Amino acid sequence: MSKKFSLAVYVDNHFGVLSRVTGMFTRRGFNIDSLTVGETESPKYSRITITLSGDGYAKEQMLNQLRKLYPVKKLELLETEESVRRELCLIKMKHDPKTRADVMSAVEVFRAKVIDYGVEALSIEVTGEPSKIDAFVSVMKPYGILEMCRTGVVAMSRGSKCIKDKTDISSEIEEEVPVISENDQRDIF
Amino acid sequence: MIKTGAQIIVETLIEQGVTDVFSYPGGQVLHIYDALYEYQDKINHVLTAHEQGASHAADGYFRATGKTGVVISTSGPGATNLVTGIATAMLDSVPLIAITGNVPCSLIGKDSFQEIDIVGVTMPITKHNFFVNHIEDLADTIREAFRIARSGRPGPVLIDIPKDVQTAKYEFENCAPKPRIAMRKARDEEIDRAVALIKESKRPYIYLGGGAVGANISTEVQDLAEKIDAAIGCTLMGITAVPTSNPRFLGMQGMHGHYASTIAQDEADLIIALGVRFSDRATGNKARYAKNSKILHIDPDFAEINKNIPADEGIICDLHDAFLRIMEKITPASNPEWVSRVKELKAEELAKLESDEKLFKSQLSPRAAICMINQNKNADTPVVTDVGQHQMWAAQFCEFEKKRTFLSSGGLGTMGFGLGAAIGAQVGTGKRTILVTGDGSFGMNLNEVATAVKYNLPITIVVMNNGVLGMVRQWQTLFFNKHYSNTTLERKTDFVKLAEAFGAAGARATTPEELDAALKAAQGRSGPTIIDCVIDKDEFVLPMLPPGGSVDDIIVTKEELNLE
Repeated sequence: MSKKFSLAVYVDNHFGVLSRVTGMFTRRGFNIDSLTVGETESPKYSRITITLSGDGYAKEQMLNQLRKLYPVKKLELLETEESVRRELCLIKMKHDPKTRADVMSAVEVFRAKVIDYGVEALSIEVTGEPSKIDAFVSVMKPYGILEMCRTGVVAMSRGSKCIKDKTDISSEIEEEVPVISENDQRDIF
Repeated sequence: MIKTGAQIIVETLIEQGVTDVFSYPGGQVLHIYDALYEYQDKINHVLTAHEQGASHAADGYFRATGKTGVVISTSGPGATNLVTGIATAMLDSVPLIAITGNVPCSLIGKDSFQEIDIVGVTMPITKHNFFVNHIEDLADTIREAFRIARSGRPGPVLIDIPKDVQTAKYEFENCAPKPRIAMRKARDEEIDRAVALIKESKRPYIYLGGGAVGANISTEVQDLAEKIDAAIGCTLMGITAVPTSNPRFLGMQGMHGHYASTIAQDEADLIIALGVRFSDRATGNKARYAKNSKILHIDPDFAEINKNIPADEGIICDLHDAFLRIMEKITPASNPEWVSRVKELKAEELAKLESDEKLFKSQLSPRAAICMINQNKNADTPVVTDVGQHQMWAAQFCEFEKKRTFLSSGGLGTMGFGLGAAIGAQVGTGKRTILVTGDGSFGMNLNEVATAVKYNLPITIVVMNNGVLGMVRQWQTLFFNKHYSNTTLERKTDFVKLAEAFGAAGARATTPEELDAALKAAQGRSGPTIIDCVIDKDEFVLPMLPPGGSVDDIIVTKEELNLE
C-alpha cells in the first residue's frame, strides 16, 4: 500500500551532493513529492528532507540506495505519525476591497500573516502541516491568487531522539568489525 | 617533498600498488604524461587506439588479476569515450579508477575547448566520483577513490582533475594504502537462521554470482555441496567461481543457461544465493521464478536483498566470513533422491544437446569450435568474450579450472568490450589470452588490434563469423516473423587480410580441424592472431527462456521450435 513518509538525510556539505541524491531517485524511478535542503548546526553537514510516497518495498529500496551514496552520512525514516512536519507558503492575492474582509478573516482563522500590503496586491505567509496549506490555498483560490510558492516539507522526529546521535553510516560498519587482516584469502585489489 | 599535481597523481598511483595504466594522451593531461615519462621505470603505460579500448583494458585487467585497473584520458571527448567502459565496470562491480584531465578551473563552466562536465555525465554510472579543484586535496582524493572502488561491492570511481591542479605545487608524502572499508559481519542469529534453512532443505541449490568469485569461497562452496548433496549453478558473472569439472556443477542458469542448471534451480527447495543480484536475464518472469523454493540470499550490498526477488532470509554481510561461519555449523546430510534427479537432468541435457547437434548445418558447429578452444588452452588462460551468441556459447561450453579466467560483459552487455578487455587481461596476467568474439562485436572496436600488435601481445582472437548479428537475428527468427531488419552485415571484410594489414597473423577455419591447426599455430607466435572462424548464420543459442517467459517455457532444442 502506498503511503506518504519523509526521509531526513544528513549529507556532506559539498557541491554536487544534491544532484547525486536527486539523481538516484530519478534513476531508480522513485517520485519525489517535495525536497528541501539547508545547512545544519554543523558546517560539515547539510540536511535534506525528502517527502514521497511508496509501499514497503519502495521505502526499503530508497533507504538502502541512499545508504550506498558516499556523501550520505546519516539517515532517518520519518513516518507521518511519529514526526512533526511543517511547510511554509507565500501567496500573493489580488487586492480587491470587495473581498478584502473575507480574505482577512481566512488569514485570521488559519493563523496566517499578511506580510506585504499594497493597493493592488497583498502577500500572505502561512505555515503548517501540508494539509493545512492545501486547505488555505483552496480557500484563497476563488479570490484570485496572483502567485504562490511553497517551501516543501521540513520534518523532524518527535521526542528526544536526534538524527545526529545516529552513528555515521560508514563508521557504523567500521566499528562492528576490524579492518581486513593481512592473511585474508580474498583478492587484495 | 614539494611536487607538482601531476607528479602527485603518479606518485599516489604507485603508492596504491599500480604498475600498469591504460590510457591515451591529450591536451589536458599533458602534465600527467610528463610525470608518466619521468616515472616510466615504475609504471608501465599501455597506449591504446581509443579511450574506450583503454577503459575496457583497465576493466579486463581487474577481472583477470583482481588488481584495480587504472585508465587515464584527457577532457571532453577523451572523457566521454570512457563512458561505456565505466558503465560496463559499474554493472559488473569492477573496481576501476578513471582519471580525466579537465580545463583549468578558470575556464570551467565557460564551454571551453574540450570542456565537458564528466563528473555530471558519469554520476549515475560510477560508485562515486570526484572533481578536485584544490591541490591540497589531490593525493587524499586519489587514495579515497581507491578505497571506495575496492571496498564492499566494488565499483568504478572517476577523478576529474583540472589542468591548473596538475601544475600547482604542494607538499607530498607517501603513505601506505588505506585498508578497505570493512564489510558488515553477519550476526550469529543470522548465521543460525541460514544454517536452519540449509538443514531443512532436501533439494539444495547453491547459486553463485560475481560476488562469489571475488569472495574466494571456491573450495568452501564445493565442500558445502559435498556435505549437503547440493547442486551448484551460477550466473554469467559467477562462471569460474568453482571449476566446471566439479561433478555437482551444472553451469550457468537463466535465459541461455544450461537445461539441467535452470531446471534444477526451479525444482530445488532452497536456493543458496551468494553474491548474485537476480538479474532479469537470470530469473526470467519474476512472478514465476523459484516458486518451489526458499531463498537464502547473502550479499554485501545493502540494496540487493529483496530488490529483485524477495528473500526468505537475506544477510547483508561479508560473504567470505559468513560462508565460513555457516560451514562450521553444517552437519553432513544425504539427499540421494535429489542427487539422482540432478544426474538425470544432466543426462537429459546431454541427450538433447547431441540430438540437436545433428541439425547443425555448417561443418563447424559453435559447440565444436568452443571444444577446440578448450583443447587448446591451459587452466590459467584467460578467455574473454564480446557480447552476443558467441558469448553464450563460450559461457555454456568453455571449461574453467581457475577463477578469473572467464571475462565477459554481463550486466551492460557491451559489444566491443572483448578486445580491450583481452589486452588488459594479457598485460595483467602475462598469459596468452583467448578472445572469443563475433564479427559484429569485433567490428565495434577492432582498432585495438593495432595495440596488441604494437606491444606484441599474445592474444588469439577467434572471430565467430556468421555475417549477421546472430543474437538479434535469432530473436527476429523467433519473434519477428523472420524480418531480418538490419542484422545482415554483408560487409565483405576479409579478417585474414585485415590481420595482415594490422601486422598481426591471420587464418581462416571452416572445420574443427582447421580451427585446431590455427589455434596451435597462434600459440607458436609471440603476437596476436586473428582466426576467422566461419559458422552458419542460422545457428541458435539454446536453451532459451523466451523474453518474459519462465522455466515452463524453456526451449531446449531446435526441433521444439518447428522452424521452416
